[in-house]
Amino acid sequence: MHETTGTKVFRIVTITLLSIFTIIPIYVMVISGMKPLADVQGDFSWWPSTLTLQPYVDMWKTVPLADYFVNSVIVSSAATVLSLVIAIFASYAISRYKFRGRSLFSGTVLSTQMLPGVLFLLPLFLIFVNINTNFGVQLVGTRIGLIITYLTFSLPFSIWMLAGYFDGIPRELDEAAKVDGCGPMRALIRVILPAARPGLVAVAIYSFMTSWGEVLFASVMTTDANRTLAVGLQLYSTQTNVYWNQIMAASVVVSIPIVVGFLLLQKNFVAGLTAGAVK
Amino acid sequence: MSVSTAVKKSGPEAGATGKQPRKPRRAGWWLPYALLAPAVIFELVIHVIPMVTGIWMSFLKLTKMFIANWGNAPFVGLKNYEVALDFNSAVGLGLLKSFGITAAFTILVVGISWGLGMAAAVALQKTFRGRAIFRTLFLIPYALPMYAGVIAWKFMLQKDSGALNHLLFDNLGLPGDKPFWLIGDNAFIAVVLVAIWRLWPFAFLMLMAGLQSVPTDVYEASAVDGAKPMRQWWSITLPLLRPVNMVLVLVMFLWTFNDFNTPFVLFGGSQPPAGDLISFHIYNASFLTWNFGSGAAMSVLLLLFLLVVSGIYLLFMNRRKDRA
Repeated sequence: MHETTGTKVFRIVTITLLSIFTIIPIYVMVISGMKPLADVQGDFSWWPSTLTLQPYVDMWKTVPLADYFVNSVIVSSAATVLSLVIAIFASYAISRYKFRGRSLFSGTVLSTQMLPGVLFLLPLFLIFVNINTNFGVQLVGTRIGLIITYLTFSLPFSIWMLAGYFDGIPRELDEAAKVDGCGPMRALIRVILPAARPGLVAVAIYSFMTSWGEVLFASVMTTDANRTLAVGLQLYSTQTNVYWNQIMAASVVVSIPIVVGFLLLQKNFVAGLTAGAVK
Repeated sequence: MSVSTAVKKSGPEAGATGKQPRKPRRAGWWLPYALLAPAVIFELVIHVIPMVTGIWMSFLKLTKMFIANWGNAPFVGLKNYEVALDFNSAVGLGLLKSFGITAAFTILVVGISWGLGMAAAVALQKTFRGRAIFRTLFLIPYALPMYAGVIAWKFMLQKDSGALNHLLFDNLGLPGDKPFWLIGDNAFIAVVLVAIWRLWPFAFLMLMAGLQSVPTDVYEASAVDGAKPMRQWWSITLPLLRPVNMVLVLVMFLWTFNDFNTPFVLFGGSQPPAGDLISFHIYNASFLTWNFGSGAAMSVLLLLFLLVVSGIYLLFMNRRKDRA
């Protein structure tokens, strides 16, 4: 392919600048996680005075990081699975049936995912507190309470994206299955779900990623008992010393599972996202 | 299948709108409602009920002593709204300032992120060796857990031990003293910078996916006709990306305007006035003073504003589509 000099210069300059912009914080995170404490307290340097993996050992002791890890895994997985299962049925109905209230429902779903989290935070917190006052059921500071609040963002997104994905699967497929004697549920399980696997993967990744990184609800709804990584990581700096090297090491550790998962499945994600978005 | 029309399924809330038709129902008419039932129940619990509660809260004097026992909170009508919108009072003025900062923040972050995403998508449109590496690299800030990226920036933005000041003053030799980035007026630049770093990969991802559906022979044909790259971008790429852009800009606007995470992680408990974004402002107004009635009123005002802007945007976009 022939290319003008102008486009070539544009391409090289764009890619170079954006690469630098992208890499610097990631580099700082990775390298600072391998510095001794004295290095991160004084002036910044691009390379540690001695390269050490000690922060990766110490970070588990400064705060109970392992507990936060477990909480984050449980809460994020539960929110993901729950919203995925609910969304599969709802999206099947929206995509394959015409019924009264269909546009009302999908309109509600679409609009709720656009709303600010802070709008739901105060009422949910108040409802949780008053459920505890009146019925003695503790929700603030429990994993269940956190999972419920996480559905506020993962469920509408899952429904919206899956419905778009189901729309992209030819109707002839499930109609053929019905001719062969499959009921609607068997058609869903045998035909639609296998065909929609990339979409399901994309929805699951997205829900898990957002839950894993969620800060707003976690900062209010968590106590020592159910604290997630998102809030737990901030506790390093409330100690008398700010252990920047340990914070950076911990950031690397909490990022690796998410980034690797995302990058492995990014093709699915892009396909699922655009199918949901461009309809 | 022997499902008769006599089967009554409870709870099809969605079916309550409009009049019932006279004609007999088809067998299995209830199936979509049954499929939808779990989603409807959860939507009610997590969205509809909290939203109604939130609106109701905004009419109450819901201060600290009433939070655990909201039944006793006195009804104050529109008082909370009057306070929030009285720009002569400290509360109203704070909200107005926060709104202005958020508006400026949103315009800068969405505009620049879109520009960077578009530049990267176009730069990576043609295949070349190493393209996949850059595509993966550019997606990393988006894939990172949100707080991990922001915490790295927080460290970089420290005055003495931070990488940014080291780069600007020690490496590039800028004159003057190293400034604070997380307090004072610079906090605005800091929060904009970090938000762009987080957001632009999403624009890139969406635009790149949109560009994949643009057939390459269109470009070849126009190149034969003598169209320059800039002209191709303007008359081929941009119009074909219209459907993607319509959704993308709206979603980015709403996310950015509502952004809580970036200022919260970046500034922690000490909120500099220059970085006082509106979600963060409402959060602090609610949880520092424990005045939930006032916080709820501000949330409702924010909701109304977003609804109006989104409505106008969609109307305007649809009208332009009809004309085109």
